Amino acid sequence: MSETVLIILAGAVLTYLTRIGGDIVLSRFDNIHPRVEAGLNAVPAAVLTTLVAPAIMNGGVPELAAMLVAGLVSLRAGLMTMFSAGAAVLITLRYLLG
Amino acid sequence: MSDSMKTDFWQGFRQGLPVAVTALPFAALFGTLAVENGLGVGEAVLMSAVVFAGASQMVGIELFGQHVAPWMIVFSIFAVNFRHVLYSAAIGRHTRSWTLWQKAAGFFFLTDPQYAEAERRAASGERLGFVWYTGVAAPLYVLWVAFGWLGAEFGRLIPDTYALGLDYLLPIYFLGMVLDFRDRPLWTPVVLTSGVVSSIAYVYVGSPWHVSIGAVAGILLAAVLAPGRPAPAEAREEAQ
Repeated sequence: MSETVLIILAGAVLTYLTRIGGDIVLSRFDNIHPRVEAGLNAVPAAVLTTLVAPAIMNGGVPELAAMLVAGLVSLRAGLMTMFSAGAAVLITLRYLLG
Repeated sequence: MSDSMKTDFWQGFRQGLPVAVTALPFAALFGTLAVENGLGVGEAVLMSAVVFAGASQMVGIELFGQHVAPWMIVFSIFAVNFRHVLYSAAIGRHTRSWTLWQKAAGFFFLTDPQYAEAERRAASGERLGFVWYTGVAAPLYVLWVAFGWLGAEFGRLIPDTYALGLDYLLPIYFLGMVLDFRDRPLWTPVVLTSGVVSSIAYVYVGSPWHVSIGAVAGILLAAVLAPGRPAPAEAREEAQ
């Protein structure tokens, strides 16, 4: 096996451990403390925000406009609509400004 | 397969398919970039099939291209994917009825969108069954691997990925998911804290650490701000 394949397989094993690990550790507890519960409820927003923040920091005019429009659209419409709106703004502005 | 299992599977499939379609550009983009960074087509497909975690795959091929030490690549994939520990702990509250093998197989497919759909299912009060979960996972997995392969094979034919905005579609998608959770308790302080802390970490510590550092800051804040004593059962149900 090549080194690349070994690296990929090692990455896959560790990724699988992260996916099963939280449940294995947490299922040992019968009662979940309310602070732990609140922390778990905050997981999705907290994690996903960290994936958005650098993109906003590094964004130029087309990128920031796309984010803004997508954000506004999402207040009224579903994920696919907001995503399409953001992509449309991004592609248009990159064409016009690029 | 019983009728109710079929219904459950297709119900999940209908949830998963549109999300899988939004991920297609990223699946193909991964394949394209993987080949450009020196991976073979087979290696790119293998990575999509066994790691099955977009952001970490992107980080991985970036590092393959820079020829950094192997352990560093593996560790970076692990660091980007560490958030799955939290997903797994959160979803584990709703999968107590699954068998050991169902868990062992099901958690392999616990991606960002899979987690989001499962949380939404649990929040709606419906049962988070294994068959429904598999229905969501099937289109996500099959299309992710298939389009990774297509991207690797035909990627060089894409004329201008920048003009198509391919590099920036993922953050827009993640923004939509963040806003989707805005009805949760403590959403505003958590998002502000994670946003500010991850930005600072991005500048002073560097990627991919800003992900773990920013996320932990928001989660700790939520734990600190939450009432310390167990709430009455009724209030707790509503809070979920």
